[in-house]
Amino acid sequence: MAFQLPELPYALHALEPHMSRRTLALHHGKHHKGYIDKLNGLVEGTSYADRELHEIVQETCGQSDLGAVFNNAAQAWNHAFFWLSMTPRGGGGPEGELALRLERDFGDVDAFAGQFKEAALGQFGAGWAWLVIDAGRLRITTTSNADTPVAHGLQPLLTIDVWEHAYYLDHQNERGAYVDTWLANLVNWEFAAANFEDAGEGNWKANRYREVREAFAESGLGEQDRA
Amino acid sequence: MTFKLPDLPYAKDALEPHMSKETFDYHHGKHHASYVSKLNDAVKDTPMAEWDLERVIHHADKEGKQGLFNNAAKHWNHCFQWQCFSPEGGGKPDGSLGRQIEADFGSFDTFARKFTEAATGQFGSGWAWLAIEAGKLKVTNTGNADTPIVHGQHPLLTLDVWEHAYYIDHRNARPKYVETFLDKLVNWEFAAENFANQGEGNQTGARAYDDAQEAFVRKRAAAS
Ligand SMILES: [Fe+2]
Ligand SMILES: [Fe+2]
Ligand SMILES: [Fe+2]
Repeated sequence: MAFQLPELPYALHALEPHMSRRTLALHHGKHHKGYIDKLNGLVEGTSYADRELHEIVQETCGQSDLGAVFNNAAQAWNHAFFWLSMTPRGGGGPEGELALRLERDFGDVDAFAGQFKEAALGQFGAGWAWLVIDAGRLRITTTSNADTPVAHGLQPLLTIDVWEHAYYLDHQNERGAYVDTWLANLVNWEFAAANFEDAGEGNWKANRYREVREAFAESGLGEQDRA
Repeated sequence: MTFKLPDLPYAKDALEPHMSKETFDYHHGKHHASYVSKLNDAVKDTPMAEWDLERVIHHADKEGKQGLFNNAAKHWNHCFQWQCFSPEGGGKPDGSLGRQIEADFGSFDTFARKFTEAATGQFGSGWAWLAIEAGKLKVTNTGNADTPIVHGQHPLLTLDVWEHAYYIDHRNARPKYVETFLDKLVNWEFAAENFANQGEGNQTGARAYDDAQEAFVRKRAAAS
């Protein structure tokens, strides 16, 4: 079965005014869809067609002859994870165990936010900034283009897309304003906490991807606001 | 001296409707300006503040100074790029460059197809180029700030394929942007000048940088 574009877990206008409807419509309906369509074209008739998305990402990483498969599979995965990293009720900080870990590893939420912003601004060109678990500790990391912690054995908790297409319509060249807005109003700490609890269970990567669709189906928002 | 943001060699609305004034407001006025100001911060109070731009780029490349390289090379690439557009652009080159394109690519259409593939196939941020290497024309692409001048190539033309270059005018449709560049904007006179200069050594980049400013001053004086 071909890979499908996961529905967004909220309506296209649900993140306004922090992220506009037209940004989400293009980002999801054109960019994310483009990666999935290209991936399907590339894997059709190959053994990859029936594999889990994260397995394709892991197996094709670093293989130069499979660069296009990696790029499109990883972008398909990263975007599905990114939609869940945002919520209309976002911002603030985590609660529970994740809050304690954040304090232990960064000091406090503001210190985390400062370092996360610095990392997101420091990623030259297209890429992603991530909060991950690395050997039991929380860590901020960045990847370039399609690269993803999933390919490197790290458990991601959150991500922000810093390709220019993610913020150009709403913030133009001001990546810093985009990251500030995202941290203050959009970041989904419940999603991060769910990923945090899953750490170590092994199967989270596949789960996350499926959950995008399931969460959306349950939300009942599926039929409104199609691009 | 410190590095300067060159004026554009045409008015900001001169390329409309193919490239909007708004694109130039951001691309030249914000993006390019920011590379120049970061570069100036990086060279401040160092001997590099007195060097020419190409020397800084080669130094940063050789020493693996990535941040410095990024801002210096982006400055160079953008200076070069503004001249690759013209309000009277598009069409095909004639003269010796036209003949060389036919000799090295088979036909102009093959060149255009290869250039389009290089521009649309550059995943993420980067640049597509027509360059000369060892006497032969080739189409290449580079990622992020990377530039042919550190790879022994002599660039004739470039197209910026960072999303900021086309998002205001074309959104995600990079192929449409590339097509518009080739049909309406490409400055073959500039490419022919670079082609004619190729035997003169490695100074093209510096000259292109200086010329961008001189040509603009000349044109503005002539117009007023
Ligand atoms: Fe990798
Ligand atoms: Fe994206
Ligand atoms: Fe640019």
